[in-house]
Amino acid sequence: MAGGQEKALKRRVKSVQSTKKITRAMELIAATKVVKAQQRAMAARPYAEQITEVIQHLSAAGAGKEHPLLRQADSVDKVAFIVITSDRGLAGAYNTSVIRAAERDLQGEMSEGADYSLVLIGKKAASYFTFRNYRIDASFTDMSDTPTYEDARQVAEGIIDAFVDGDVDQVRLVYTRFLSAASQRVVVRRFMPLQAVADEGEGEHTADYEYEPSPGEIFDRLLPRYVEARLFAAMLDAAASEHAARQRAMKSATDNAEELETELSRALNRARQGTITSEIMEIAGGAEAMSNS
Amino acid sequence: MTLHVELVAPEKILHSGEADMVIARTTDGEIAFMTGHAPFIGSLGIGAVTIRASEGDDVVAAVHAGFVEVTDDRVTILSDVAELVDDIDASRAQRALERAEEARGGVGDDEEAQQQADAAVRRARLRVELAEG
Repeated sequence: MAGGQEKALKRRVKSVQSTKKITRAMELIAATKVVKAQQRAMAARPYAEQITEVIQHLSAAGAGKEHPLLRQADSVDKVAFIVITSDRGLAGAYNTSVIRAAERDLQGEMSEGADYSLVLIGKKAASYFTFRNYRIDASFTDMSDTPTYEDARQVAEGIIDAFVDGDVDQVRLVYTRFLSAASQRVVVRRFMPLQAVADEGEGEHTADYEYEPSPGEIFDRLLPRYVEARLFAAMLDAAASEHAARQRAMKSATDNAEELETELSRALNRARQGTITSEIMEIAGGAEAMSNS
Repeated sequence: MTLHVELVAPEKILHSGEADMVIARTTDGEIAFMTGHAPFIGSLGIGAVTIRASEGDDVVAAVHAGFVEVTDDRVTILSDVAELVDDIDASRAQRALERAEEARGGVGDDEEAQQQADAAVRRARLRVELAEG
């Protein structure tokens, strides 16, 4: 019966429409979140810049050449990876690209005989690496959507300890850099040992500073903060990327739903037209039969 | 001539403006900056930072560790834990102090834990003192 087909089509159109409403809403939410995340990243920039500047001035004064966070291991026996993903999916390839990049790098290190340590941010990375039976040293959730400085400090604390104790020789950061609303790129960055920030003989600010307490002591306090600030910046970048990826994914989902909706309603109209036509035919046929008799 | 002062926290700039004098507490003791101060880098202890603004009221902030840099009449105060006094809720600060003191009572013999608890109490006390003005 043609009527049955019509009903089924109607139901599908309805379901596509409601899906479209949801994806559209998620797209809009993600869009405002991108803007907010960008603003947060901007607001965090002065601190990171200033702290870098102070470090440069201190190292120009020759402070902290021996600091444990700058230690370059002779041979890299263990590499720690900080992988920043999201807690929620529906963000296109956002999580898979980060995870894939991390895993590739990790496998590369392993094939060269180095051990690994995984520090994961976001449920997606946690479930992926757990499923694959990787050894996970730390896993943090509920912070990737809107990371706070406190979150960054929490993550940094363990990793700084591990590095200072000599447990790991290198730390890499795998996350998605936010280049613009339209473009984000997964990067694998060396995070520790910190690059010697000193660019000696730069001469711009060789002005003699007074220090209180000694440059070395200030440096000791400053470096962990610097690590935190850099991690914080990466987390904010990743959050902006996540929301941008979700916005894009939801936009294409909405577009697809729209296309499907037009197609389905066209089919629906055709089916309805068909039913009407056949009904008319039946009536006309019936009337003709009666007049002939 | 005035000082240009910026009080910067990791998540935002808390205060930015011109000032006649800035008083802070480094780990070695109190220090005040006025225009023409020699270049200076210091590590801040737990204490108040008072910014004597050129116009308007003083800006006071509770700073729990951080750094100060002075160059060319620019004072930059960096702190990962800083709070403007106007943002502190006095009654909540009081309760936080009570909690911190209670927690210190419960700390065992571990030296590190004791130091941390002490610092927590000092921070809480500073907030209460500043909030009560």
